[in-house]
Amino acid sequence: MKLVTAVVKPFKLDDVREALSDIGMQGITVTEVKGFGRQKGHTELYRGAEYVVDFLPKVRIEVATSDDQVDSVIEAISKAANTGKIGDGKIFVSGLEQVIRIRTGESGTEAL
Amino acid sequence: MNDIATVSSDLAQLAYALDTFYFLLMGALVMFMAAGFAMLEAGLVRAKNTTTILTKNVLLYSIASVMYLLLGYNLMYLNDSWAGVVPDLGFLIGDENTTDAVLEGGDDAPYYSSRSDFFFQVVFVATTMSIISGAVAERMKLFAFLGFAIVFTGFIYPTQGSWSWGGGFLSEAGFSDFAGSGIVHMCGATAALAGVIVLGARKGKYGSDGAVNAIPGCNLPLATLGTLILWLGWFGFNGGSELMVSNVDESNAVAAVFLNTNMAAAGGAIVAAVVTKVLFGKADLSMTLNGALAGLVSITAEPLAPSALLATIIGGIGGAVVVTSVLLLDKMKIDDPVGAISVHGTAGIWGLFAVLLSNSDATFGNQILGIVSIFAFTFIASLLVWFVLKMFIGIRVSEEVEETGMDAIEMGMEAYPEFKRA
Repeated sequence: MKLVTAVVKPFKLDDVREALSDIGMQGITVTEVKGFGRQKGHTELYRGAEYVVDFLPKVRIEVATSDDQVDSVIEAISKAANTGKIGDGKIFVSGLEQVIRIRTGESGTEAL
Repeated sequence: MNDIATVSSDLAQLAYALDTFYFLLMGALVMFMAAGFAMLEAGLVRAKNTTTILTKNVLLYSIASVMYLLLGYNLMYLNDSWAGVVPDLGFLIGDENTTDAVLEGGDDAPYYSSRSDFFFQVVFVATTMSIISGAVAERMKLFAFLGFAIVFTGFIYPTQGSWSWGGGFLSEAGFSDFAGSGIVHMCGATAALAGVIVLGARKGKYGSDGAVNAIPGCNLPLATLGTLILWLGWFGFNGGSELMVSNVDESNAVAAVFLNTNMAAAGGAIVAAVVTKVLFGKADLSMTLNGALAGLVSITAEPLAPSALLATIIGGIGGAVVVTSVLLLDKMKIDDPVGAISVHGTAGIWGLFAVLLSNSDATFGNQILGIVSIFAFTFIASLLVWFVLKMFIGIRVSEEVEETGMDAIEMGMEAYPEFKRA
């Protein structure tokens, strides 16, 4: 099993959610986060003084998936979150040792 | 009594009732400016200082009302046949007019209720005090501010006000300030300037290398609402200052004042937006709001005589003046979170000179005399009070309070307890 963690632009959340539903993903976890990448934030103006917004708001999406579906999850997120402009975000994939559904006690891929 | 005498008495009473009603309604509009100031200031400070600034706004209005009732009004208006500098000390607000006094007619006959006069004047002193709270926001102790409010609304404002509107030496000299670009707005800004000098800048506003750091306001929709409420209230401020509406000439004058007041605000907003677009590359909303208010302040000294077009230009110049003034004050490290000193002070001075463009009775010398007298007295008296407060109770919150936010520590109550801040 894999845990796919994607950090995307907030306004792309609905598109990503829809794309993941379309390929049969049963659940995702969403967190509002802030961060910076290679652009190191951006500058804004207030009363003539420039200031740097160091951390830009993003949305972090976590999806747990079976090994055979991980590529389609990555493809769905990549496509849905892509604007072609700076700051589209990243996808991280990591191994997932165990998953347990709390209500029933099911574990492994059964619990996904 | 014959019929004609009855009708003429009824008409005189009706005119009195109409002018009193008009006066009260305009006063109520000016009272609403308290909401405008509160929202403008709540929008331009950081979220962590919102409860404090709102508390100051409600209490300064209340203190102004009480102090002006006890002392201020008497000091400012009830000097008998007087053309001096130091007004007679007195208390409360005198008697109401009798029907006989009204019907007697002649130049001295009252044409509106003396209670309506007090009401209209008391909302002016509250407006003046509101100017100060924005400039010293985010770092001044609540009770130091309220202490200043007591002295300012009870003594300082009424004393300089008596010089012009109470028949003192400035009105004798011919200083011309219709609704108070100087007596109200510059006076408030001057007291604010003295306060900011004693208080110092907010932590982190100015870098050691001379950099001016932005401290963005937390809620620009509130700031915009506040500005538009002030814009509305200003029709009462200037329109009511005509004092009468019950005949053709006075009605026309009131309408001209309303029109010019509106045009000046529009001119100020447009010019401030254009100037910031040219200077910074972007039109700055907070400066545009300052520009509208600066336009209003600019026309307040003479909202009747100019044509509507001239009023637009006077307001427009006010919009340019305010942007320049905000940038200059920042260069001098005078930290004014909402731009009150520039809006009410610098644009107020411009407004007093703009009187010369349309009012042939005003002279350059008299306008200077008024500006210097009001500024010097208000500045020195305020400086003294701020210093005394600083000595006895301290006027600035600790660094810890400033960093954490005044709401959490000084007030123990946050304005947005359910919001998380970065």
